[in-house]
Amino acid sequence: MRAVITVIGKDKVGIIAGISNTLADSNVNILDISQTTMQDVFTMIMLVDITNMDVPFETLSEELEKIGLSMQLSVKIQHEDIFNTMHRI
Amino acid sequence: MIKPFEIIETIKMIQEENLDIRTITMGISLRDCCDSSGKKSRDKIYDKITKQAKNLVKTGEDIEKEYGIPIINKRISVTPISIIAESSDEEDYVKYAQTLDRAAEAVGVNFIGGFSALVHKGYTSGDKRLINSIPEALSQTKKVCSSVNVASTKAGINMNAISEMGHIIKKAALLTAESGGIACAKLVVFANAPEDNPFMAGAFHGVGESECVISVGVSGPGAVKSALEKVRGGDFEMVSETIKKTAFKITRIGQLVAREASARLGVSFGIVDLSLAPTPAIGDSVAHILEEMGLEKCGTHGTTAALALLNDAVKKGGVMASSFVGGLSGAFIPVSEDAGMIDAVQKGALSLDKLEAMTCVCSVGLDMIVVPGNTSAETIAAVIADEAAIGVINNKTTAVRIIPAPGKDVGDIVEFGGLLGQGPVMKTNPFKSGEFIKRGGRIPAPLCSLRN
Repeated sequence: MRAVITVIGKDKVGIIAGISNTLADSNVNILDISQTTMQDVFTMIMLVDITNMDVPFETLSEELEKIGLSMQLSVKIQHEDIFNTMHRI
Repeated sequence: MIKPFEIIETIKMIQEENLDIRTITMGISLRDCCDSSGKKSRDKIYDKITKQAKNLVKTGEDIEKEYGIPIINKRISVTPISIIAESSDEEDYVKYAQTLDRAAEAVGVNFIGGFSALVHKGYTSGDKRLINSIPEALSQTKKVCSSVNVASTKAGINMNAISEMGHIIKKAALLTAESGGIACAKLVVFANAPEDNPFMAGAFHGVGESECVISVGVSGPGAVKSALEKVRGGDFEMVSETIKKTAFKITRIGQLVAREASARLGVSFGIVDLSLAPTPAIGDSVAHILEEMGLEKCGTHGTTAALALLNDAVKKGGVMASSFVGGLSGAFIPVSEDAGMIDAVQKGALSLDKLEAMTCVCSVGLDMIVVPGNTSAETIAAVIADEAAIGVINNKTTAVRIIPAPGKDVGDIVEFGGLLGQGPVMKTNPFKSGEFIKRGGRIPAPLCSLRN
């Protein structure tokens, strides 16, 4: 099962480090990372594999949100199907 | 891989434009809960609902978290209670409503629909008893919703039932006078009622439905308005295309959630209802979409055309996005639940007559209309008759959810709270319809050819 993590906010040092540490702790594998600046907002998108994740989805989601709060960023994890369903036929 | 701008678009639609799943509704058949003993029947009803819907709320919440899409309501619809209760010898069906209320409370849903009767051609004894129990049932319960189907294109219009509903609505309002007549906000009078509607207050589980189904109602007026803002000045082809594309995306989410919920709960997938359902929240208004098309205020000349375009484009976009579409599927125009509609009424742009015209081209009818408390039962019945005629002649669903707010008059605002919002009291025609309603009987089914 794959999920998409989106990080939106102001760019700063340590965003990727913070998030990838948490992912590693939960045994989540990062498959792809892309980052852009859209309308002056830093956006990072990570595709991750959560098949072997060893914490409940909810816990990981809360952990990521916490990191986001501490860095004044919005960090969300969502099942990739919501994007595939909406944008791919 | 999915493109970053697509991911951002989805997130924006959810976070900024109020895109959400309005409701996951579990339809449960109660046809095996009939019993000559009312008590036994109610025990069966309670047990069945609490067993079937045990995991409904939890599953909804899990999906919400995993996909990051808000699911606002989890609800239940059941077989019309008149059909179940009439096997018992009881006269009063209020206890059935209380059982539904308790079951809804136990599983944590916010509404349960199906305290209903289908009387478009005539009454059975159970239908009569149920209708008589509606005012008490709705004033003594919190979560129970009731509906009565009084007309259909095939059967015509049951004017006796319409006349009676005028009195039932008045009585329900009086019994809940201290809260603005809120019982009436949980009561819908239908023509051509759909059997698979997931939206309240008119949801019930039709007799042609399977044992248990999951249906989903989507929302997203904010997302449509926001998409239209990007094509300001474009012609109607562009407007229509933009709405279709947005409706497609919105409905795809509905389809995903419906499939996922039905798989996790182990019940069959019913339908996705394509309705654009507004809420009182800012940026979630159908009226504002119409205004975005170029109308100064919703309700002015051109509103019916704008709504017709919107409704049609939403359906065209949505139909391809879901494998099964049903329910009401169209734009809702509930006055008290739509910030733009409320404003339009208060500014004098939107009248009851214009709303009636608008219901000819959209779902679902005169919805959440507050009228003065001294409006007569006959006038209310006549409003219902007009709306039923529109539905019957045009082969579509129409409905009336009207609240004669006790002690209130034109210009007052009645606060219902939550999703029901706040309704400005609207003016009705001062001339009487009493003699018309008094005739009683049935208006025959209409001719469906030679259409003009």
